[in-house]
Amino acid sequence: MPKEPPLLEASSIGKQFPGVRALHNVNLTLFQGEILSLVGENGAGKSTMMKLLAGIHLPDDGAIKLNGDLVEITNVREAQKYGIALIHQELNLSDNLDIAANIFLGNEPHKNGVMDHNRIHRESAQFLKRVGLEFPTDTLVADLTIGHQQLVEISKALSVDARIIIMDEPTSSLSQKESKKLFEVIRGLKSQGISIIYISHRLGEVIDLSDRVSVLRDGENAGELVGDEITHDAMVKLMVGRDLSQFYNRTVTALGEKIFEVKGLRTPPYPDNEISFSVRSGEILGIAGLVGAGRTELLQTIFGITPAVGGSMKLNGKELMPKSSLEAIDSGIVLAPEDRKRHGLILEMNVRENTSLARLSRDQKVGIIDFNNEYELAEKTIKELKIKTPHSSQVVQYLSGGNQQKVVLGKWLSMNPSLLLLDEPTRGIDIGSKQEIYKLMEELAASGVAVIFVSSEMEEVLGMADRVLVMHEGAVTGDLSREQLNEEAVMQLATGNKAAA
Amino acid sequence: MNKNTIGILSLFVLIFGFTWYSNENFVNGYNMTNLVKWSSLYAIMGIGVAFVIITGGIDLSIGSVIGLVASLLALAIKYEWNPTLTVVLLLGLSIVIGLMHGLLITKVKLQPFVVTLCGLLFYRGISRWLTDNQTMQFPGTENLDSFFSGKLLIFGKFALSSPFFFLVVVAIIAAFFLNRTIWGRYLLALGNNEDGARYSGIQTDRLKIAAYVICSFLAGVSGLLFAYELDSVQPAQTGEFYELYAIAAAVLGGCSLRGGQGAIFGVIIAAAVIRLLRNSINLVGISTHLEFSIIGLVILGGVTADELIKRIVAKRRSKQISTSKS
Repeated sequence: MPKEPPLLEASSIGKQFPGVRALHNVNLTLFQGEILSLVGENGAGKSTMMKLLAGIHLPDDGAIKLNGDLVEITNVREAQKYGIALIHQELNLSDNLDIAANIFLGNEPHKNGVMDHNRIHRESAQFLKRVGLEFPTDTLVADLTIGHQQLVEISKALSVDARIIIMDEPTSSLSQKESKKLFEVIRGLKSQGISIIYISHRLGEVIDLSDRVSVLRDGENAGELVGDEITHDAMVKLMVGRDLSQFYNRTVTALGEKIFEVKGLRTPPYPDNEISFSVRSGEILGIAGLVGAGRTELLQTIFGITPAVGGSMKLNGKELMPKSSLEAIDSGIVLAPEDRKRHGLILEMNVRENTSLARLSRDQKVGIIDFNNEYELAEKTIKELKIKTPHSSQVVQYLSGGNQQKVVLGKWLSMNPSLLLLDEPTRGIDIGSKQEIYKLMEELAASGVAVIFVSSEMEEVLGMADRVLVMHEGAVTGDLSREQLNEEAVMQLATGNKAAA
Repeated sequence: MNKNTIGILSLFVLIFGFTWYSNENFVNGYNMTNLVKWSSLYAIMGIGVAFVIITGGIDLSIGSVIGLVASLLALAIKYEWNPTLTVVLLLGLSIVIGLMHGLLITKVKLQPFVVTLCGLLFYRGISRWLTDNQTMQFPGTENLDSFFSGKLLIFGKFALSSPFFFLVVVAIIAAFFLNRTIWGRYLLALGNNEDGARYSGIQTDRLKIAAYVICSFLAGVSGLLFAYELDSVQPAQTGEFYELYAIAAAVLGGCSLRGGQGAIFGVIIAAAVIRLLRNSINLVGISTHLEFSIIGLVILGGVTADELIKRIVAKRRSKQISTSKS
């Protein structure tokens, strides 16, 4: 380990969001030329911490020191000035501009407002060389793969002389080959003296890449691992705060007969891929894959949001092919969507109005809302799902992520569904709520509801699913039983490596 | 009653008091009769556009629909059509207009601003063409006269006129629809978050179309009321700019142009405030040339105050919650 003083030192950092304590008393140090990985479950506070360093949010408490000097990073430009660049999971490039224009976006060298095109292209070419990207600088970004776009983002960081590059889940939508290439680039940057903060759910990558690992749990420091201490088990133990076997305490129930069956289903984004699978009563089916593998699209097609272009589905022995979410709901299919705030809830409405939204059409008389009924339903849901809210009139945007998700689930459970679809059910949720949601999934499965969940969190997939479908580029590449399940097998299939399974 | 409605009611009382203080004639029966009548007319339009604004849309064609309905009514009477049938047909026409707007917006996915702006131009042009752009005296029709422009003397010279009774009916139905029925709830939900509503099984397209139908229908009703009230129709001018008064009333009354918010009572009071301001400017002795500027400033002040109060409330609330948690 380098002995000189740290390049970056953040101490006692605290950050509050409405209804959530995102970070509390968090410390983080980073040395020059070091690759530091930041790991933790969804909602542990990793992204918030990085946004504080990049000037997107301001910390409520604590201090940040750069090279020993106290600094206040109040906006993105200032972070840039201090040499800190954040590369988001969703890249921030302008598709309609070429590589060079993207690299210099916002920092164009100019004379009296007239851009110096020659210089932009000349210097861009040098940055591309440093990241090993061999494309003409006038290539449109839209024509690049995501892996290559990521390298453009890194070039952009280099163009502003970044000394600290933060990468948030950079491999979540990359193939294995692209990931390998990225790791080479990251190691290259390290040898040039640049420090990297690397955020990832892929613990395998973290082990390969990191000099040091810092673990966050529920917005607090959970521990730090250096060198040989960095093992899969050690990280998971710090992430969930106890042994994995106790956290995902799945009691496997005897499986009943097939209640949901999909045959040759073709979704609009991937009309050439036929998807077939079935779920048995009491079974929890997990769907794993990279971001963009078509998992969300599959659930949306089953739920009727983007109707199928072919194939068939059978629920409880009845053929169905919903053309709208209303049809799906009426036949007993419900979806707790990935983007809770945009799709799952009406944020500005209260708990009561959100829990009753789907049920209103069943409980009405000539269209008039039965307010007593609505109130009772809300109170019952709050009690059964242990939703933490002062009262049922609380606007849901002020609830924490876990309680918001419970409101979504409450809305659907009141409809007595036969098939429950969950898309990233525990994203951005604290550990306590997570366990409650896992328990709920088990109870529902045991009561005969078919449960299908999509998750990008390996531990969750391994811990909760009876069986796992793995998807890659819109196709199902594997169907693993509980006995066949392990991280390696899932990752191989998720990155399109069929032979390995 | 929500905070916004209380705010706008206070504004009304304030201006009312100030005008009364400045000019005693303000409260005479004749002036009050007019104030109530014109406020009611504005409020009916305002309620209509409020439904559209709640969905996050806009309707700029209201004034031209009013002009079209009034012109066609005058024409029909000139050619001695059956007045009752004509009225029914014209209300039917305004429903068809709303339906067209709704279909273009939801099915062809055009922007509400564009669709209704084209409507504004189109209906105005048709009105002028059909009538040769001639001002038409409005002879009235015996049995419908008292229905659309009757007066009920209350005391002294103060009378309640037909538009007021129309407003009462419209307001009760609208408030009931918005606050007590599932469709009202759905409208508010889709205005806040259209995708979220769709994911909850709500047929958002149908509801949006319904909102445009309601808006155009109420514009049609207003067109009939205006025609009977004014006794003459100028195809180029009748109803001109009224959509802006209607939108102003809706916004000042608590509808956010972002959608998802609205209170019928607030819209009625806001319509009255706008009408009151015009009246007040005259009576207090401010140059009437300043009329638009003053209305504009008051609305701007009103919505600014509302926004600031909302922000403070939100901040306080989020603080309360986070301290109660940790």
